[in-house]
Amino acid sequence: MNPETKKTLIDPLINQNPITLQILGICSALAVTTSVKTALLMSVALTVVTACSGASISAVRNHIPGSIRIIVQMTIIASLVIVVDQLLKAFAYDTSKQLSVFVGLIITNCIVMGRAEAFAMKNGVKASFIDGLGNGLGYSLILIIIAVFRELFGAGSLLGYEILPLTTDGGWYQSNGMMLLPPSAFFIIGIAIWIIRTWKPEQNEEPDFKIHESHLHSSAPENH
Amino acid sequence: MEDLISLAVKAIFVENLALSFFLGMCTFLALSKKIETAIGLGIAVVVVQAITVPVNNLILNYLLKENAILEGVDLTFLGLICYIGVIAAMVQILEMVLDKYLPSLYNALGVFLPLITVNCAILGGSLFMVERDYTFVESTVYGISSGVGWALAIVALAGVREKLKYSDIPEGLQGLGITFITVGLMSLGFMAFSGIQL
Repeated sequence: MNPETKKTLIDPLINQNPITLQILGICSALAVTTSVKTALLMSVALTVVTACSGASISAVRNHIPGSIRIIVQMTIIASLVIVVDQLLKAFAYDTSKQLSVFVGLIITNCIVMGRAEAFAMKNGVKASFIDGLGNGLGYSLILIIIAVFRELFGAGSLLGYEILPLTTDGGWYQSNGMMLLPPSAFFIIGIAIWIIRTWKPEQNEEPDFKIHESHLHSSAPENH
Repeated sequence: MEDLISLAVKAIFVENLALSFFLGMCTFLALSKKIETAIGLGIAVVVVQAITVPVNNLILNYLLKENAILEGVDLTFLGLICYIGVIAAMVQILEMVLDKYLPSLYNALGVFLPLITVNCAILGGSLFMVERDYTFVESTVYGISSGVGWALAIVALAGVREKLKYSDIPEGLQGLGITFITVGLMSLGFMAFSGIQL
């Protein structure tokens, strides 16, 4: 694998992660993470759609008139999502029921549209495929990390297998019900962003206001 | 009538699109820095949602359902592509109508109108309508009230973020991180509504 391709594939995992840095595609990232199984399935679905739509949009990029490109991109993406949706319904019916509307919502997932617009319209088929794959994997990484936390602490299991025996079944672990509720997803993703940005400070946003050093000291003189 | 009111209350507070289904999060986080823009976007979402959900309901019932056009033909698998088409077209038409008849509102909404096409709250509203089998009247009520719920959430978040600008937040948590935590707390607050039974 040449270094350029490798960079396109690896960069979106941490350095250019679509969720934590670019704030894209959060809608589904939060909703499907109550269990690892749904998160895995959603990751696979999104990665496939991003990679394939990148490749197909890049293949026709020279024939799309600029003014209607959004509609063309959306039609391609929607068709791919329909294929994925039908496949899921055929082979993983129960899980696809749990995912409910979120498979359909891959269409409006900003990662897919964003990569189509920012990368696939300017680059070749193979590069766009790799870029889609990389971004899909970056999304999957965050999704699975959140899902592991939520399922482990919320239900004491991973992929449905018991890890921490629950008190209700005679074990020692008192499950934390809030982990399975919507707010915890926000907290976990917020903390994940905090950790990544502490590790890689160049991802920090410019603050709107800076608190002046001298002001800090004058407000807390008793600490001297 | 009562069940319609209960549906509306449920869509606004209990099953808030933004805070309990995480829909439209991208715009929700990106455009909630100022109250004014949040209000503009909120209104645009209510209007588009109120039109697209009922229209998609008609399309589903009269074109896509089994035996709707041809005996024995089930076209529901085409749903996704139809709904997104309807949404894109509706936004486009709305833009033209507003431009012609209500230029002041058109200018106020500005760039938010076209952005709404890719807002998952809109497509999500239509997909929930399909999943829950709403009738035409129910889907109208659901469209309006889910839009109102989303608008309420973004305006509230913008209010919090305007104050938050001046606070001393640990580096790394600034910006996106603290916004997530704030939304989490708001979502926690909205969970209090889940006990409401009408």
